[in-house]
This record gives sequence, structure tokens and C-alpha cells, in this order.
Amino acid sequence: MLTQQKQAVSVMTRFKKDWKQHWIAYLMLIPAIVLLFIFHYIPIYGITIAFKDYKPRRGILGSDWADMYGFEHFIRFFTGAHFPVLLRNTLTISIYSMVVGFPAPILLALLLNEVRHQKYKKVVQTISYMPYFISTVVICGMLKSFLAYDGLAGALMTMLGIEPYSLLSAPEAFPSILVWSDVWQGIGWNSIIYMSALSSIDQQLYEAARIDGCNRLRQAWHVTLPGIVPTIIVLLILSMGSLLSVSTDKILLLYTPLTYETADVFGTYTYRLGIKGGKYDFTAAVGLAETVVNFLMVILFNWISKKTTEQSLW
Amino acid sequence: MAKKEIIVQTKKQNKIRNGSLVADVIIYAFMGVLALLFLYPLYQVLVNSISDPGVVATKNGLLLWPQGVHFDAYRVVFANKNIWIGFKNTLVYMVLGTVCQFIVTVITAYPLSIKNLTFKKPILIYFTISMYFGGGIIPYFILINNLGLMNSMWVLIIPQALNVYNMIIMRTQFVNLPEELKEAAYIDGAGDGTILFRILLPLSTAVSAVLILFTAVHYWNMWFDPMIYLTKREMYPIQSILREILIDNAAIGQAGRAGVQTKLNRNTDQAAVNALIKYATIMVTTVPILCVYPFAQKHFVKGVMVGSLKG
Repeated sequence: MLTQQKQAVSVMTRFKKDWKQHWIAYLMLIPAIVLLFIFHYIPIYGITIAFKDYKPRRGILGSDWADMYGFEHFIRFFTGAHFPVLLRNTLTISIYSMVVGFPAPILLALLLNEVRHQKYKKVVQTISYMPYFISTVVICGMLKSFLAYDGLAGALMTMLGIEPYSLLSAPEAFPSILVWSDVWQGIGWNSIIYMSALSSIDQQLYEAARIDGCNRLRQAWHVTLPGIVPTIIVLLILSMGSLLSVSTDKILLLYTPLTYETADVFGTYTYRLGIKGGKYDFTAAVGLAETVVNFLMVILFNWISKKTTEQSLW
Repeated sequence: MAKKEIIVQTKKQNKIRNGSLVADVIIYAFMGVLALLFLYPLYQVLVNSISDPGVVATKNGLLLWPQGVHFDAYRVVFANKNIWIGFKNTLVYMVLGTVCQFIVTVITAYPLSIKNLTFKKPILIYFTISMYFGGGIIPYFILINNLGLMNSMWVLIIPQALNVYNMIIMRTQFVNLPEELKEAAYIDGAGDGTILFRILLPLSTAVSAVLILFTAVHYWNMWFDPMIYLTKREMYPIQSILREILIDNAAIGQAGRAGVQTKLNRNTDQAAVNALIKYATIMVTTVPILCVYPFAQKHFVKGVMVGSLKG
């Protein structure tokens, strides 16, 4: 008790001394603290809307608590028909994009590493970044034109003897369109980090491998790949954490009621029912459920990686 | 003599390393095909945007080179008032947003980089928590509504003036600058403002450039927030205009359509003209960025490194 008081006193005296020297610095912190409070911490408090029967006129504070001890919306969502569909779509899209999208930039980096002609390598690399700088809206616009029944996809289908149809209206094609266009856009950019990891590999290791009689493929396997494994693991943990948070940008731009059955995910559902449909309390519950599951995923995967590889985020 | 020896040696090494010529040819050819794959979609858009829309329609948009070259679509795109308003709005949002974010980032990062500043720890925790927990889109939307920020350009600027992630990158940069520098300045009687803006910031131009570039690109790409919070067309940034034209098939405008049809073959059907204008719009809004990025490339590459250093 006494020591606590003593500490409190000393903190205040320390603060007074610091204030004299650094009062400008303290003032500098105010805008950010206020901004964060208004635009971040008030919405966190606003989550209580998920447990309320929200009436816009009465505000979040004034609205009554929802039924079932406030859990009405959660129970309705988890027992409803949409939840399994949304979960399935989210998992399909995220696992698909993990399996295809994660190794793709690693492969590109390994291949680029084998290109000895520096100029050629540089040119290919620069071209591979290009799609990253095309805006999402334009990418989706191009996809819409190309994948229409009277677009490029239609032309290819006619060549293959298939009756042309719009790929974007075909539910079974939607996840593939999403994932592969992401690969096209991000593969070059995402390979940057691996390229820099590759450049720090000791060249003597290659020499040693050569002397041991390794050909090029085995050099890549025994020297290059182990050299970037730590980078791969860290990025893998990071992406595992966001397994359930599928980016909704492209889905919102590309999906139509025809493809809801495979394209609808938590984020798009929240947007459609909440922002557009006005069911704020219910969709806030959906959003909160998603956040909690995501957070648990980060903790889980971090724990697994700590146990298995002794690498972790914290 | 020594130099010559080294050259011979590296040549020899390359020879051993390169071992099989077949493998080389395969890898080089594969990378070439890959590069073409990245370029192809934009090339197709370019070809289609300057070809006769009738031909494009009959070939389903698959032309290897332009046919019936004309630039009427570009004339229509440049005559589209909305596109210019969009460009102007994006420029305003981008400049204001980037400046605000940079200032707030810098003045927040500096105090948090001062050694042994009282209350630094709890303030840092206050910032870090926000990176892991958020209220989500619905409470945020209600807040913006309540604050009366709907249909105000500030909704795109004020809430984003603080980017905690960028702030922490900046803070790391300040912390890594030599402590003696700051101490010497204090002893010479310099205040916090002088130390930050005269000493630390000029030494951090590389990181600053990276952060500014990333913010600017973020504003260039932004379409979701404007879609939700802005309803007046005269406030739309370029991406919102693009969304109307490319995704919703709207807003090419009667005037624009008529313009193309009088200039081009009057018999071309609406769908073909719409497609033509879409292609030209994509070129007009994408090419400027694509001309710039190879030069900004090394900053971006550095940025990925800066970001990963923190993570």
C-alpha cells in the first residue's frame, strides 16, 4: 500500500519533470488519441448494438436489450439457413486461395532466382509487379468484360466446342475466378519479400552443393528453399490468422444474385443486410461472431507454430 | 591481371552453375510466357479500345492486333465530364488525405520514440490494442451517421488521418536513429518541435517516401468508403465513377453514347459501343499509374521490407 502510494507520487513527479521538458511532445499526442477514441473505441463500444433491439430513434444506449438475455441475434444467425452457407463459402474461398495463392509467389521467386541474365530478370520482375498497380475496380471491370458470354471466355468456349455462357453467372466458377485473378494481381508483388530473402543466401553454399555433385534442381531444393523457409513460416502464420476474413472488395464488385450461393461471405452478407438493408443489430452480431472466431484462429495458429517450429508472432 | 582472373573465375562458375543449356532455355522461355501473361489483358483492352466496335463484337473481343483503328472512344471518354470531376475529386482527397495522415503519423510517432517518457507505455498499449480489436463496419457506420459526416469529404480524410500501422513504422525509424543526436540537440536547447522537424524528419526521408506513396495509392484505389458514405455524384472519386461505368453498366450518358454513334458507324449496336467506351475508360484511368510505377518501384520494394521488418 505504502509502496504503491510512493510509486504514484514518483510517477507524478516524473511526469511533472517530463512535462517541463517535453510538453510539446505530449501535446503532439492529443490529435491521435482523440481520433482513435472517436473512430475506434466508440465503435468498439458500439458493438453492444449486437445485443440490443436497435431502434434508430432511441440510439444504441436507449434501445432495449434483445431477447434471450441479449443473444437473440446470435442464436437466430447460428440456427438460421444462411450461416452454414456463409461458413462454407468463406472456408472454400480462403482455403482455395491459401493453397493456390500462398505457394505461387514462392515458385515465382525460385524461378526468377534461376534466371542468370540480370537485365532479363529485372524486366520480368518489373512486369510482374504491374497488375498490382491496377485498381480493384478496373480489375473487376476487365473480368466482367472478358468473362461475359460474348467476351474472351465466350470466344474460347466456342473454340473448344462448348456453348458459350457467362462465367460470372456460373456459381461453380466464382471461387476460381476470385482466386486466380488474385494470383495474377499479387504474385509478383508478393514475391518481393522472398526475392530479398533469396538474395541473402550465402553463395558459398551453392559452391559446396556443386562440389557435392548437386545439379541445378537439387541445388534449388537443398540450398535455395531452406534459405527462405523462415520467411515462409512467418508469412504462413500471418495468413493463417486471417483465414476467415476473406477480403470482400472483389466479391462485392463481381457477385450477383445468381452467384450468391458460392460467393456470399460474412462480410458481403453484413454489407447487404446491414448497410443496405438497415438490419444493424443483427448484422453487428454477425460481424462480432466473425471477429471472435478470427481472433481465436490467430491464437490457435500461433500456438501450433510455437509448438512445432518455435516461431511465433508474440 | 587479377581482374582478368576474377572474370575467368566467374565465367567458369556460371558455366558450372548453369550446367544444362536445356534447363536454361526452358526457364527463360517460361518466364517470357509468364511476362506476356501479365501484359496480355491490358494489351487486349488497348487493342479493343482502338478497333472498330463492330469487328470487336463479332470476334468476341479476341483481336490479336487493332482493326479499323480510330480514337473516337477516347474523344468520348475525355469529353465525359464525370471522369474529369472524378479525377479532380480523387486528387483533392489524395492530397488532403496524404498530408493529414503524414502529419498525424509523424507527430504521434515522435513522442512515442522518446526514451523513458512518462506514460509512454500505457499510451502505446492504447494504440496497439486498436490494431487487434475493432468495432466492425456496422457500429462505425452508425457513428459516421450520428456525427453527420455522411456526404462530407471529411469522412474519407479525418477517420483515416491516423494509421496506427504506419505510425509504428515511423516510430521504429525514429527509435533507430542514434540517441546521441537527440541528446546533443536537447543540450543545445532545441525543443521537441525543432528536434522532430529539423533533425529527425530530414534523416527519415526514405521511410517517409514509402509511407506517403502507400497512402497515396490507398487513396487512388479507394472505392468502398465513397460508395457507402457519398451519394452525390459531384463528390465521387474516380473509382466510383469507374464502378458506375465498368461494373454497373451505367452513366456513360446519353450524350456520350450519341457522340460515339454519330462518329462511328451508326449501325453499331449499343452493347458494342458500351464495351468500346469501357475499354477506353480503362486505358485512360490505368495508363497514368502504369507509366509512373517503374520509377517508384524501388520505394515500393523498400516499403515491403519496412513493413515486414515490423511484422
